[in-house]
Amino acid sequence: MTIAVAILVRAAKAAITLLLIVILNFFLIHAAPGDPAMVMAGEAGAADEQFIQQLREQFGLDQPLYVQFWNYVSGVLQLDLGYSYRQQMPVLDLILDRLPATLLLTLTAFGMSLLLGIIFGLAAAARQGRWGDTAITSMALLFYATPLFWVALMAVVLFSVYLGWFPAFGYGSVGAGLSGFDLLLDRLRHLFLPALTLGLFFMAVYLRMTRSSVLEVSQMDFVKTARSKGLAEGTIRRRHILRNALLPVVTLAGLQAGQLVGGAVLTETVFAWPGIGRLMFESLTARDYNTLLGVFLVSAAMVIVFNIITDIVYRLIDPRI
Amino acid sequence: MKNIFTASLLTVGLAMPALAQDSGGRLDIVVQPEPPSLMLGLVQNGPTQLVAGDIYESLLRYDTDLNPQPSLAKSWEVSDDALTYTFKLHEDVTWHDGEPFTAEDVVFSVDKFLREKHARLRVSLEHVESITAPDDHTVVFKLKNPFGPFIGVFEAGTMPMVPKHIYEGTDYADNPANNTPIGTGPFKFEAWEKGNYIHLVKNEDYYLDGQPYLDEVYYRVIPDAASRAVAFENGEVDVLPGGSVENWDVKRLTEMDNVCSTGKGWEYFAPHAMAWMNNREGPTSNKLFRKAVMYAMDREFVKDVIWNGFGTVATSPVSSKTNFYTDDTIKYDTNPEKAKELLAEMGYDGTPVRILPLPYGETWQRWAEAMKQNLEEVGINVEVVATDVAGWNQKQAEWDFDIAFTYLYQYGDPALGVARSYLSSNIAKGSPWNNVAGYENPEVDEMFAEAAVAPTSEARQEIYTEIQQQLVDDVPVAWLLEIEFPTIYRCEVKDLVTTAIGVNDGLRDAWIEQ
Repeated sequence: MTIAVAILVRAAKAAITLLLIVILNFFLIHAAPGDPAMVMAGEAGAADEQFIQQLREQFGLDQPLYVQFWNYVSGVLQLDLGYSYRQQMPVLDLILDRLPATLLLTLTAFGMSLLLGIIFGLAAAARQGRWGDTAITSMALLFYATPLFWVALMAVVLFSVYLGWFPAFGYGSVGAGLSGFDLLLDRLRHLFLPALTLGLFFMAVYLRMTRSSVLEVSQMDFVKTARSKGLAEGTIRRRHILRNALLPVVTLAGLQAGQLVGGAVLTETVFAWPGIGRLMFESLTARDYNTLLGVFLVSAAMVIVFNIITDIVYRLIDPRI
Repeated sequence: MKNIFTASLLTVGLAMPALAQDSGGRLDIVVQPEPPSLMLGLVQNGPTQLVAGDIYESLLRYDTDLNPQPSLAKSWEVSDDALTYTFKLHEDVTWHDGEPFTAEDVVFSVDKFLREKHARLRVSLEHVESITAPDDHTVVFKLKNPFGPFIGVFEAGTMPMVPKHIYEGTDYADNPANNTPIGTGPFKFEAWEKGNYIHLVKNEDYYLDGQPYLDEVYYRVIPDAASRAVAFENGEVDVLPGGSVENWDVKRLTEMDNVCSTGKGWEYFAPHAMAWMNNREGPTSNKLFRKAVMYAMDREFVKDVIWNGFGTVATSPVSSKTNFYTDDTIKYDTNPEKAKELLAEMGYDGTPVRILPLPYGETWQRWAEAMKQNLEEVGINVEVVATDVAGWNQKQAEWDFDIAFTYLYQYGDPALGVARSYLSSNIAKGSPWNNVAGYENPEVDEMFAEAAVAPTSEARQEIYTEIQQQLVDDVPVAWLLEIEFPTIYRCEVKDLVTTAIGVNDGLRDAWIEQ
């Protein structure tokens, strides 16, 4: 099978999966107690029947569920994700608005964790059983086992409150009127703590996986063969061990990459990062159905896209697959 | 004799000591949670009122003793029979898009827009016969009957003025202008980075000379309570409006250098924390049981420990900050023995009661746990039900609870903010803001009806005293605490809280000492 055919088959399967996800999500969300009109009435601090009725009519919630369902699905099939009445904006605009912030954060954390994870993993494997290995794996265990929000708070206390090196939260200096290089620098300074917080956990995961995978592959027969035919150790490591050892890491990275667009609810909340994760969480508590479904749909689509990309990367690393 | 209130420069001068206000500067204020919309005529939740109170105005403002003060109306007059309210408007007021603000805008806002969209004002408008504009700068409200609280409804969140030239003949809720609010207020809408900040800038054409003093305001959206506290510590924000940090952080923050705080600025709302008790079924339908709950609770402990000493234990359905409060009612001091006697007298069989906490953060969760412990100490079986905000609203609206925490605003007058929770005509499924407990007492209904339209304050006081005595004896709900939400700010910010709604409309007069 050529890559093109494989991708086409995968795409067809993906479309069906997405549709099922939309259907499932729609009914799950509507099964939760309360609705957007009730939440808004609750927040208003005063409401009568007429007020709630007006909101329900405006939101289209006065119609039978199957009509609402049909309206939503037919909209999605035309790539219309609907309108968020709470936020007074089309859902697609709302998501696209938040997407850059989320991607900046998650991709930075992803790249950092993958790169550092593999480097430290290799380093640890090369020093197996010695103090360097112990130091690295202990560090990994610490980051792996510590809850994310605690790491976040401690990072704020250390780097922001005590040392004052990095801002404690936010997407940039508000109203500072920066541009060009200053703007970039400001954004990077704001990015540091949330990306670090988010990245440390996954770095630990990649590190452990790389280390154990390298050790496992190093014992295999083909490595012994390579060594016995007199190949240089560097070449063996690079061409034989690393390539094979990276496969499970790629699998895991593919899984994580799929979640990049879904954002990081906890990190975005603690660091007031205006991303998709927060949008999703706030839409959930407000029962903003259309926005929530939109975020789910876009995240699900991304999971599928990244799965396909992972498959392609496999083929590049290992042509046998 | 006519009651004439006229604002002169003299009274304004008295209200604000003759300090030379410095102009300029920027203020960063926390807004939590992010408001869904800034169109105050359509949305009246707390964060919307906080931000939009700078953009929109009403005819009057209220000082911290709830006395009316001029705003868009420079003077006003109430006829002897209390049926005609005549307002004279400022003459050189313009909307933020440059159009003049006239009496026609007032008539449109109240009679058309708000009558259709504003649930709370609608109730008061039932007493209004007609609203007319005899000339461009005069508005006359004619009432069907005297309505004591009427002078109190001209507050920005209750009766915001909206531009007729933008909304007339449109579908108000779907008007695209809702995203770029146009008001008459001291600050104009500039930008809204969703999830990040709302930026307002000075209205250079504001009708008061030299005001506002600030150049710009950023309302900062910071979703995590601990991060909000850090933001204030770091100097990133200058003002923490009431309720923006957890109670246990208040002490630490107010003890910092150059930090001021005030409990004022909530008099109009007078947030009254209470627990609905289901009067229809279960143990709570028995008055003896409800009294036992009152005696079992240690509300002083809650105030001192959970609320860090802020607030006042509530003794009546009316807040002591609201007009017509009386303390001449029976008192429910903590008395577990008495509670046990009452339970024995009613023959409580151990049926468990479900407590529904308010899902508004850690403080309220702890409060529910404290109540659970108090009730268990006197032998009541308790189950705490977990919900989120939507579920909490739903369960109240569907009467699916035994005891449910809530807090309600009083809006300065029992007819506006108290009666609604006890009138039997206000029992209806589908809203969390009516008589949710299901209390029915024809005598109380009648007294509330009389008190609202009684001609004089003395007559009203007499009836409201009687109502409070009756209600406190019937305990349809458990009154808990008159909540105090301190506003925390840097001391160089002056005149931030001068009205009964505090920071909501405080930026008109606020200035930063340079």
